[in-house]
Amino acid sequence: MNTINADAVVVGAGWAGSILAKELTEAGLKVVMLERGPDRATAVEGAYPESIDELRGAVRHRLFQDLSRTTVTIRNKIDQTALPYRQLAAFLPGEGVGGAGLHWSGVHFRAAPDDLALRSNVIARYGSKFIPEGMNLQDYGVTYEDLEPFFDKAEKVFGTSGEAYRVNGKIVGNGNMFSPSRSDHFPLPALKDVYTASLFRKAATDAGYHPYSLPAANASRQYTNPYGAQMGPCNFCGYCSGYDCYMYSKASPNVNILPVLRKDPNFTLITRAHVMRVDLDSTKTRATGVTYFDLDSNKEVAITADLIVLGAFQFHNVHLMLLSGIGKPYDAKKNEGVVGRNFVYQTITTSRAWLPENHFTNQFIGTGGGGVAIDDFNSLNFDHGPHGFVGGSPVWVNQAGVKPIAASTIGGGKDAPRWGAGYKKALVETYRHALAIDAHGSNMAYRDVFLDLDPTWKNTYGQPLLRMTFNWHDNDIRMNRYVVSKIEPIMKELGATKYQLGMLEPGQTFDTRLYQTTHLGGGAVMGDDPNTSAINRYLQSWDVPNVFVIGSNAFPQGMGYNPTGMVAALAYWSAHHIRTTYLKAPGPLVPV
Amino acid sequence: MALAGTTAFWTTAAFADWHRALAAEPATPAAPRYFTAEEWRFLDAACEQLFPEDETGPGARTLGIVTFIDQQMDTPYGRGGLWFMSGPFEQGPANLGYQLPYAPREIYRLGIAGADRYCRDHYGHAFADLDHASQIAVLTAFEKQPILLGGTIPSGTFFEQVRTNTMEGAFSDPIHGGNRHLGGWVMLGFPGARADFMDWVDHYGPAYPLGSVSISGETV
Repeated sequence: MNTINADAVVVGAGWAGSILAKELTEAGLKVVMLERGPDRATAVEGAYPESIDELRGAVRHRLFQDLSRTTVTIRNKIDQTALPYRQLAAFLPGEGVGGAGLHWSGVHFRAAPDDLALRSNVIARYGSKFIPEGMNLQDYGVTYEDLEPFFDKAEKVFGTSGEAYRVNGKIVGNGNMFSPSRSDHFPLPALKDVYTASLFRKAATDAGYHPYSLPAANASRQYTNPYGAQMGPCNFCGYCSGYDCYMYSKASPNVNILPVLRKDPNFTLITRAHVMRVDLDSTKTRATGVTYFDLDSNKEVAITADLIVLGAFQFHNVHLMLLSGIGKPYDAKKNEGVVGRNFVYQTITTSRAWLPENHFTNQFIGTGGGGVAIDDFNSLNFDHGPHGFVGGSPVWVNQAGVKPIAASTIGGGKDAPRWGAGYKKALVETYRHALAIDAHGSNMAYRDVFLDLDPTWKNTYGQPLLRMTFNWHDNDIRMNRYVVSKIEPIMKELGATKYQLGMLEPGQTFDTRLYQTTHLGGGAVMGDDPNTSAINRYLQSWDVPNVFVIGSNAFPQGMGYNPTGMVAALAYWSAHHIRTTYLKAPGPLVPV
Repeated sequence: MALAGTTAFWTTAAFADWHRALAAEPATPAAPRYFTAEEWRFLDAACEQLFPEDETGPGARTLGIVTFIDQQMDTPYGRGGLWFMSGPFEQGPANLGYQLPYAPREIYRLGIAGADRYCRDHYGHAFADLDHASQIAVLTAFEKQPILLGGTIPSGTFFEQVRTNTMEGAFSDPIHGGNRHLGGWVMLGFPGARADFMDWVDHYGPAYPLGSVSISGETV
């Protein structure tokens, strides 16, 4: 077996991995970053016009995980046999350099401060009996104040467009009145509203809500970030989600970090390198390196390193921990163990309004992170007392550019014909004159929702697949239905000829065949208690302290907001403490 | 057809002229890459029922949708290369997704044979030779009833495969063989590979004025 030596190994070339690799090379370390997919450069496969082919892109999944090699199994309940997720549908992990950070939309939130200590806040307001039986509600172990400098840094690296509400305690603009104070403005002004977003802004105001421009890592102007990486101004082409932004306007590791990192002599990127496991010494408390399968030579390669960063997608990080024996696997029956615990998702439903025929909504125009939202029913921004559920949901028009094959799956909305002449007529009316309003909500953690290793199915490398046990729970269904009911006043203000509210149904079962969101979270969560978290507040493994695990796997609950802004801030937060403390005296940053 | 360049392009009788011109020009029959003549005949009839020529716009035949599906069978997708196809193959509840050992091209081969057998058993003819009402009745049964085609493929699985690929053929870029002369996009009002709306993003209400264009440069 070949052996390579490095100071640090970073697994995964998405946002988390690229941020850590940048920070660690700045600290003078020799860093090897491993990516199982191909290299990807915007100037090559992201170029116009070939890159904006919907069939190859969003439909045949050009930038997404190659399921033919490895996937997950899924079941709804613990007494069921989980079956392989054979076709990409419900969620779409990325693959290749840039990871999900290349095909994402660009919605770039800071976390809501109340969400970071949700358990403590719910108990303080409503008492511990308010938390439903079987819900593993937890705090992150970090505060908004801890993370603020790193939210700010991430926005400057990403070139984020938006309008602030409060900077250094002073109200400065017409931003989100529920958002916390910031140390600085957004680096770029908010994007223009597309037509449907402008209609939503007015209707939401008239309904008594508080609309704001979505923070978007889609550049509203030409921008050069602190690394010297350049972005072009977004032209609303509509090819963000599922694509690689031929305009260099959507932030990605490929555009915003890697052009600089690739030139650093301390940095080595190895692609088509599928990491099989983190190698531990005989004490199982220290990692010695990683072993990967080289897809070109079909051989295993070992890398020795003092520091290991897992920066793969959420569930791949959990999978690697389970395969490597890092941390105690979760046992759902006993509610003990931490790796696989608190696996979470989000609740996302779409409502739709149809405008009169002389109003064209031009739904193909858009940008992935742009739009107008309200936070009146997100986080703890409203009184949960009368409703008896935990969680919340922003509501928005986020017209990311509706392409025709995607439109064909929506057709004429609920109850419209699915084929034939009636289908065509309703499809065309809907595409030309409708607009979509999403409730993009939280999903709490439950004892009986978790990740572990599948007993039956294996990937192409002979390793057990990761098994997901996931179903919707009553708390989150009731939250979604409550928030969606609050969309109705907006519908009435819009001047719609008709509208349909989309919501989860009581008792609804999770369906793997329908796209919902790729915002998976948890499974190796951060926290202050090693009995309920796999990593400490610096995202360092409690059990193997030279392993850091960066990603949405750290989230104890699925938040109402999109996860990437929080992932990036946690990556910079963790990197800061590695650089300022860990590297000087390697060991646990929090005593066990 | 100098119709593009005005809002009226998407909305008025000018579009109807374009539609008639498209329908009048017969599709050049491509030499099948994968489907047999009998399979082609089935799909030609079935896709036209799913996506019929009507007052809204062109149908499957005019748009070359079967050509599109045939070409897709000759891609990694058609061969099952995008799916996790390792066994064991166990069946479970529908919401856990597709669990059969067949790639798309096998779903078509087994499904079409089973569907034509079903039609012969119940109606005395192959699907393509049935009248309009019987074809609709058969497709509705396939979509909604638990019929096992040829003892292997649930009719719902087969129906959804054909339906999905039909819509892809109507609305993907013409470089893939369907959406002939951008007929699907014109019907929908999708401008295709223009992909630059910097100067139109804040025009609130009117239709976008420019006609469709393909990645190949073909335009209307």
